[in-house]
Amino acid sequence: MSVPRTAYLVLADGTAYRGRAFGAIGESIGEVVFNTAMTGYQEVLTDPSYKGQIVCMTYPEIGNVGINPEDAESGRVYVEGFVVKEYWPRPSNWRSTMTLGEYLERAGVVGIEGIDTRALVRRIRTHGAQQAIISSVDSDPASLAAKAKAAPGLEGLDLVREVTCAEAYEWEWGDWRLGQGYRHAGGNRDAPLVVAIDYGIKRNILRRLVATGFRLKVVPAFATAEQIMALNPDGIFLSNGPADPAAVPYARATVAELLGRKPIFGICLGHQILGLALGGRTYKLGFGHHGANHPVKDLRTNRVEITSQNHGFAVDAESLTGRAELSHLNLNDQTVEGLRGVGVPFFSVQYHPEASPGPHDAGYLFARFRRLVEAFPRYGAEALDRLAVEEESVKLKLED
Amino acid sequence: MPLNRDLKSIMLIGSGPIVIGQACEFDYSGTQALKALREEGLRLILMNSNPATIMTDPEIADRTYIEPMTAASAAKIIERERPDALLPTVGGQTALNLAIELAESGVLERYGVKLIGAGLEAIKKAEDRDRFKRAMVAIGLEVPESSIAHSREEAIAVRDRLGLPLIIRPSRTLGGTGGSIARDAAEFESKVAWGLEASPNREVLIEQSVEGWKEFELEVMRDSADNVVIICSIENLDPMGVHTGDSITVAPAQTLTDKEYQLMRDAALRIIREIGVDTGGSNIQFAIDPATGRMVVIEMNPRVSRSSALASKATGFPIAKIAARLAVGYRLDEIPNDITKMTPACFEPTIDYVVTKIPRFAFEKFPGAIDELGPQMKSVGEVMAIGRTFKESLQKALRSLEISSYGLESTLDGLDPDAARAELKRRLAVPNSRRIYQLADALRIGISREEIHRLTHIDPWFIDTFAELVGNEPRIARGTLGPELLREAKAQGFSDRRIAELAGTDEAVITRERRRHGIQPVFKAVDTCGAEFQAFTPYLYSTYEGEDEAPPDSRRKVMILGGGPNRIGQGIEFDYCCVHASLALKQAGFETIMVNCNPETVSTDYDISDRLYFEPLTFEDVLAIAERERPMGVIVQFGGQTPLKLAVPLERAGVRLLGTPSDAIDRAEDRERFNALVVKLGLRQPRGVLARSFDEAIAGAARVGYPVLIRPSYVLGGRAMELVSNEEGLRRYLREALRASEERPLLIDSYLEGAIEVDVDAVSDGSTVVIGGIMEHVEHAGIHSGDSACVLPPRTLNPAIQEALREQTRMLARELGVVGLINVQYAIHQGEVYILEVNPRASRTIPFVSKAIGVPLAKLAALVMTGKSLHELGFTAERVPAHVAVKESVFPFARFPGVDTVLGPEMRSTGEVMGIDMSFPMAFAKAELAASTDLPLAGTAFISVRDADKPALEPIARLLITSGLDLVATSGNARLLARAGIPCRVVNKVGQGSPHIVDLMRAGGIAMVINTPDQFGEKDSFSIRRTALEMRLPYFTTIAAAEAAAQAIAALRNGGPGVRALQDYYGT
Repeated sequence: MSVPRTAYLVLADGTAYRGRAFGAIGESIGEVVFNTAMTGYQEVLTDPSYKGQIVCMTYPEIGNVGINPEDAESGRVYVEGFVVKEYWPRPSNWRSTMTLGEYLERAGVVGIEGIDTRALVRRIRTHGAQQAIISSVDSDPASLAAKAKAAPGLEGLDLVREVTCAEAYEWEWGDWRLGQGYRHAGGNRDAPLVVAIDYGIKRNILRRLVATGFRLKVVPAFATAEQIMALNPDGIFLSNGPADPAAVPYARATVAELLGRKPIFGICLGHQILGLALGGRTYKLGFGHHGANHPVKDLRTNRVEITSQNHGFAVDAESLTGRAELSHLNLNDQTVEGLRGVGVPFFSVQYHPEASPGPHDAGYLFARFRRLVEAFPRYGAEALDRLAVEEESVKLKLED
Repeated sequence: MPLNRDLKSIMLIGSGPIVIGQACEFDYSGTQALKALREEGLRLILMNSNPATIMTDPEIADRTYIEPMTAASAAKIIERERPDALLPTVGGQTALNLAIELAESGVLERYGVKLIGAGLEAIKKAEDRDRFKRAMVAIGLEVPESSIAHSREEAIAVRDRLGLPLIIRPSRTLGGTGGSIARDAAEFESKVAWGLEASPNREVLIEQSVEGWKEFELEVMRDSADNVVIICSIENLDPMGVHTGDSITVAPAQTLTDKEYQLMRDAALRIIREIGVDTGGSNIQFAIDPATGRMVVIEMNPRVSRSSALASKATGFPIAKIAARLAVGYRLDEIPNDITKMTPACFEPTIDYVVTKIPRFAFEKFPGAIDELGPQMKSVGEVMAIGRTFKESLQKALRSLEISSYGLESTLDGLDPDAARAELKRRLAVPNSRRIYQLADALRIGISREEIHRLTHIDPWFIDTFAELVGNEPRIARGTLGPELLREAKAQGFSDRRIAELAGTDEAVITRERRRHGIQPVFKAVDTCGAEFQAFTPYLYSTYEGEDEAPPDSRRKVMILGGGPNRIGQGIEFDYCCVHASLALKQAGFETIMVNCNPETVSTDYDISDRLYFEPLTFEDVLAIAERERPMGVIVQFGGQTPLKLAVPLERAGVRLLGTPSDAIDRAEDRERFNALVVKLGLRQPRGVLARSFDEAIAGAARVGYPVLIRPSYVLGGRAMELVSNEEGLRRYLREALRASEERPLLIDSYLEGAIEVDVDAVSDGSTVVIGGIMEHVEHAGIHSGDSACVLPPRTLNPAIQEALREQTRMLARELGVVGLINVQYAIHQGEVYILEVNPRASRTIPFVSKAIGVPLAKLAALVMTGKSLHELGFTAERVPAHVAVKESVFPFARFPGVDTVLGPEMRSTGEVMGIDMSFPMAFAKAELAASTDLPLAGTAFISVRDADKPALEPIARLLITSGLDLVATSGNARLLARAGIPCRVVNKVGQGSPHIVDLMRAGGIAMVINTPDQFGEKDSFSIRRTALEMRLPYFTTIAAAEAAAQAIAALRNGGPGVRALQDYYGT
């Protein structure tokens, strides 16, 4: 048995954890956050929103199901580093084609295992998310702490420019089916067109939009309002993405120009950018929400959805009084989880209705967007309110 | 929606006696539900026949009915109490079946009682296998191909359509009773017959076998606003084909990607909505084809279940408590999460550890039973362990089982590698209770992962984790245990004892070495949220890692050691005592610390004690807790044999024990010291000898005189205890059952034929001794006290004898220095009192006595252990009730085809019921009814008694005749009755050829059987007893029980049993 290589995780505050290296050998700095989802590490690794972050999984056994070609949320691994209690190098799953370690190694991403992840989580919970470093090349905790301390935080950092696509493209793949993979759904030129602005978009959002019956064109985050309107979209989608919404003024400006002209649906960073475009404020949470079990209440129906979450910033509800309505609320900490326009046809959620990983409870939002897009030509600015009335009557009918 | 104000009073049905498939998890869930509803100010009415439950404590519900679990009793209770609603979903299958009966017979409608939690329609849709299947197909889910059959002919038609192998599942049974797999045509017919027999509505589902697929479970909750959450996912280590209750299970699921898990989650949501469970928890089982991921739905329980108890303990989310709140109107988001306080219960727990459950079996108790696992549950208990990795939790679970396993010990025992290879392959192919040890052995001798998987269908992920553990053994065995290796081994869950065994040294050496390097466990909390929020409930487990997050405080505290896994001889009764100790001491201002590893129990509810350590009850694990907590004392006398075994080692390690000194236990258990004690007090005991070798045993028995009772010293539940009537029998025992040895001598006692056995429970504060109760056994001595029916107060003992029993108990308690509880077993033989055994600790009968007399003896005992006197506690005089309470035992024989049902000195019952009324015959009748023995009021009784019982037969026969029964008997018995002028037909013995008695029984011509075997261990009557069991006929194997039954039948003739609440019996 080969002796595993020692690795360190050191926080900016000097707290050091000794563990074993897995994945790539090297050194990496990022903001350390924890994710409480018990499944879906491959999706987490490949979620562009994690750019700039080192992710610690709270579930202790990671690697059990390996890596497969279907479960990636983007074309590459985005986390800066990966922290687990126990890495399992011998996966068992009928779809697995590679081990997690190989995957990280190929991606050049450093991993550390064998540390007390629960202690780390408790530290993050009480002291907040902070910069950290993983290293399997430097074994001096003091020098590592200095490096972590010197690294800039995520506040004010524009990471969108690093993860957005270079050029516009079309996307034609729909939902995943067991045994069939992803469904190709190209060819319907009559379907309404959605232009998705890519701040670091997860593929499952694209798939869900296609599965909902849209034609889909993805544009870079730098696309201007004119460029987007020139595509003659029926609806506009604002994607998730990494880091601080306040650090992408160009995105805010674009959205501000688009507001009211076409129906808009935003998720996560897209939701925050909408909030800013409306003139609101965003702020950094202590340690964010990263997991698949957060209860979110739809304030109109009083139904609770179990949601997939991944964000470190949030929209300040009070800063939007009169400009948007609070539609969804996080029941754990009462933070804003959703907004809907007042007299403007948009809605957005902080959480991830596309799931992947996580529960599908909020999948209905894609259908709502489809209905909004369809209602817009007829009702214009009132489309959202008309839709609400319609949904209410459908619900009443169902209850009868 | 907040509390539904229309509901003022609610009736809850418990699950009755502990049986295989339905254990104390329903006391846990029912008690939780009652406590939650009580907090809402609702009036609560409870029905449960099991006195050893916390839920039947008179302060838990407003009206507590310890009555037989029949629709008739329930209807009478409803008529008296007029509840607004019935909550049927927390009392297991028993409660659900009763609710169906009450709804269908119109009782609920007649009295305006609403079913809450799950309506009749939902229950039936989930329970009726055919309707369930159709519902699944309707919502687009796959189920294994199957069909319903009600007869042999229908079954054969199904077989021809689906093809073998097939699974046969009887409808409406619990724990898969009567379920089996048929692989060939002959097997198929007999198994269908068996299944039809087991089903109350004579219906079986015949299903395509998905044996070998992966099995998963989800625990789902739904509220009235249609919010649905998954509490826990569970993956079975054992593939489909082994009943979930017998499977090793792991939470959360280990081998699913998110996509696959979400498919299952989506399916679960669709299922609970389609079935229409309004509020509460459900358990849904899935099977997945390991090659393709294809998923099929196996079944759903529209109620809290064994798995939901496990899920509650595994996650910290109290499913039953929340289910009760949901049933009375609350929504999930209106209920706070107990543990985090700041967040709502409407979420999905996430865990940052791995939970492993391992079932505990009792095949050794049932000679003739085959140790093979299948669709019918056979385990009698379970343990759960928590670790930060699967390896750690697995190894902790193994040493929690108390089967002298401290890790993955080898079973090969010197077999040469070739023989071992062949033998292991053979064993691995058939799931059995020792399978994981065999799996480890297979890896040790180099059988490949692929081959093991092919033989066992156990997922390679699990096999690999075993391989890693086994792979570390040679490193440990090399003996140079540096701190790195030691730390690694501890983190993987290796016990000091197992490490010592591998390294060829003593446990103490390893412990010392470990401490020298500062390698100590740390403790972490179970908090539902992976540490995302602060936890306020100290529900802890140990691991070997960096941070200890729950440092002890400095309050005055008492540590209580629980009883570990349920098994025959040590069940819920001991958990009841531990819970009482904790509650009483908490109330008295102590901090209480509970240590236990049984997920089914009330004691492991984090609500009960100030701190809960969910840990194995081994010396190493317990000492680690005692040393950090530094309690003022540890209570070892309430948890049965498990903690008792730790008493001396703990004391030697400097831990203070509370109550009776451990030396008293030794004086009671050590034969020579016990003899000296009896002599010193001038008391009498049956003649006996101690044998340390074969020859000593033979000579000793001859001196004592046959028949003799023979048993090993230090046993509970009469393990390996036997009645032997001659030397030949003794030689067989010594050859087959047990070898006498220097360390483990055998006790050989004279057997007092025809004696009446008596149990006395008392509580002592060191000076005052108060009798709790005198229980007279219904069966004669020689039948294990745990299996014997008994009655309180005694019915045939004269006042002088009773006084002698009291006096001798007091003498023994004082002499032994008992502070706490003491139980003494006596035999009354020809007017003399003989002491059989003394147990200076909580006995199995404490809950029964406490319920019968209305005094919480275990609570008093816990308080005297901390220094209170009985005077201070106001309990100074025995309370002899005006009513009569009868305890009856229930047996798992139906689960073990081919096993003899005759009772003997080895305990084999799994649980007990209580019958309570104003007279013995009616109390006995109720007890029998509660034990599912339907005493007949018409029809034919079959009589065949041994010579010794013949004098007592005549009055019994007369009573049966006057009660309206006919008699048939074998020729000898019939002649005897004819001489006495009692009409009786003659029937052939089995040996005399057809048509014989078994033919008559099979043809439905017999309503009741009285058959007392001629001599111990005799097998002639076997087919009669077995047939009686299969035909569900009341059968009595002792003349004393037959007499009680005849009296009970006469009492029932004079009017059906009434119902009365405990609170009325006590006059409170």
